[in-house]
Amino acid sequence: MPDRTDLIYAYDGSFEGLMCCVFESYTQKEIPGVIRPPGIQPSLFDTAKWIESDKHKADRVFNSIPLKISSQAQELVKLGFLTCAPDKELLIYHFLRLGFKYGSKVMTMLTNDTVCSLQKAVRYLTSESHRFKGFVRFSAYGEVLVAVIEPKNFVLPLLSLHFCDRYPNEAFMIYDKTHSAALIYQSQKAKLMFIDELTLPEVDNTEVEYRRLWKQFYQTIAIEGRNNPRCRMNLLPKRYWGQMTEFAKGDKEIISIDFL
Amino acid sequence: MNIDIYDKLTILSDSAKYDVACTSSGIDRSGKSGGIGNTAKAGICHSFSADGRCISLLKVLMTNVCIFDCKYCVNRVSNDLVRVGFTPTELAELTINFYRRNYIEGLFLSSGVIHSPNNTVEQMIKTLELLRNVYRFGGYIHVKAIPGADNELITRLGYLADRMSINIELPSQESLKLLAPNKTKESILRPMGLITSKIQESSTELVKFRHASKFVPAGQSTQLIVGATPDTDHKILTLTEGLYRKYHLKRVFFSAYMPVAEHTLLPSVDLKPPLLREHRLYQADWLLRFYGFEAKELLDEQNPNFNLQVDPKCNWALNHLEKFPLEINKAPYELLLRVPGIGVTSAKRILTARRSGPIDFSGLKKLGVVLKRAQYFITCKGKIMEGLKITSDGAIRALMAASPEYKFPSPHPEQLSLFNEPLLTREDVQQCLTGQI
Repeated sequence: MPDRTDLIYAYDGSFEGLMCCVFESYTQKEIPGVIRPPGIQPSLFDTAKWIESDKHKADRVFNSIPLKISSQAQELVKLGFLTCAPDKELLIYHFLRLGFKYGSKVMTMLTNDTVCSLQKAVRYLTSESHRFKGFVRFSAYGEVLVAVIEPKNFVLPLLSLHFCDRYPNEAFMIYDKTHSAALIYQSQKAKLMFIDELTLPEVDNTEVEYRRLWKQFYQTIAIEGRNNPRCRMNLLPKRYWGQMTEFAKGDKEIISIDFL
Repeated sequence: MNIDIYDKLTILSDSAKYDVACTSSGIDRSGKSGGIGNTAKAGICHSFSADGRCISLLKVLMTNVCIFDCKYCVNRVSNDLVRVGFTPTELAELTINFYRRNYIEGLFLSSGVIHSPNNTVEQMIKTLELLRNVYRFGGYIHVKAIPGADNELITRLGYLADRMSINIELPSQESLKLLAPNKTKESILRPMGLITSKIQESSTELVKFRHASKFVPAGQSTQLIVGATPDTDHKILTLTEGLYRKYHLKRVFFSAYMPVAEHTLLPSVDLKPPLLREHRLYQADWLLRFYGFEAKELLDEQNPNFNLQVDPKCNWALNHLEKFPLEINKAPYELLLRVPGIGVTSAKRILTARRSGPIDFSGLKKLGVVLKRAQYFITCKGKIMEGLKITSDGAIRALMAASPEYKFPSPHPEQLSLFNEPLLTREDVQQCLTGQI
């Protein structure tokens, strides 16, 4: 099989599309050097091969993973697609090649560069999503709860289960600003949709009051004699602060930010 | 005097903050339709305060009124403070509203002793019943058992909570007598034993009846104050180990003593809290719980306190060089865990990766092993790491075996030489391991 580093696959950016790239590579007996999602500027002379999404082909690849490799590998590939690894397409592609060659053993090849990088990217995804389980902050707009997040990985599918289980009787929305997507849960049903922009109305007095109470609790609970801004920064990096109630600059109080 | 919720919250969270435990771990429970809330086994941190501690639960006191006079406590009866209390309704409403906004994972409820221990516990039960039965709250609840309350009340409290704790605070009977005259070892250990036996009872009942209600399903914990009394690390760690074994506690927390009160029996208020000592105790606690260490391996009568320069595991390794170097591709899990720089996760990864072939040093790095520390104690495929300056036998062994004292450079002036290898001191080795050079 020729390993052509100049071969470029372009696909529609969907998971199905990526599975079709794998299908194409195996049927054509060729190895792409780049798998390009939409929205990336092609370089001057590149002639990318467009891979059309096809549910049937995608299913064939996806369903073969648990049979030829393992169901853990299938899970890893699914999660890998949600990560923010810049070369996630190639990582998944090469992981699958290894998997189809070595079978379930690929999951133990932790010192292999591809396996190691893919697992690392997935760990970043799952740990970020775990953090957001705590860092998401809802505001009540009437009966509806709304939260905005700015994650690096596409964590919404992972957060969905957790929050739907937590608030079965609420109506809520988590808006992912980075990926312009929203998780909407209403009358016991959740859906994921893409929304370009979100404008929120003013909040009412009850909401303002609870924000004030929470900020005060946040300030009070810290023990002054143990002040440790660097430790806080490690555990709660600043990029999360923007959407968190306790760091929002209120009318009167402004939280002192310790630069260190 | 008219005191609103804002002031109550300020006062009652300020008084509760010295309780270090803020974990929401130990139980997986899914949400119920018609209710609100679930719990996650690993626990979830919702924020981190300026002191770097996790905020997971709404940590407040029911009231800061207290009839006891424990010298180290801000709420002692002899302290001149504004005294307030939440009503069960106020507290339940606050908890639900914080929880809906995902500020918190649940409630951590403690209390000063108002009127009597029984009366206090009754107030707490009212609050929890409101949360569990009226609001159908399924989130995490950690509640403090009040020493001196009746068994029947403690039992009722335990069926409403996920975790229960009783703080031992002072690690010895003498210290207790001196600083907490209203408490005795007995008054603390008795309810602790009650909770332990109730938990065991409840788990055997669960085997028989699937829907039997659970008593303290996330287990019991306690807290020890470090540095208020002359008790040694050895004493604290042995007590900790005993609590894990005898009372099956889920966690023992340590709290570096913060001087909140001026008293002749206490360290001066200018004292810095012994944070590093507290950190070492936590490291040792981890070694007991996850690494298969025993307290007597880490400290003994001759060395009753932890070395502040080196972490307990490294210290153990330096004192047991005869067990090293360890061959990464052959060593069993229990021994891998004893290597500085290898933790539970990386040890498990080593076992997994070994199944597909031998591991070398670059492979170890990919598995997350901290080579800077581990390199002195391991071999890969029979070889030590390339370019390693200090081998784990020879140099270190000679240095360590000689005496626990450092080898100071000779006090006599020496002729300078270009090619002499500098004499390695224990300090050098320690610095190597702690990554200071």
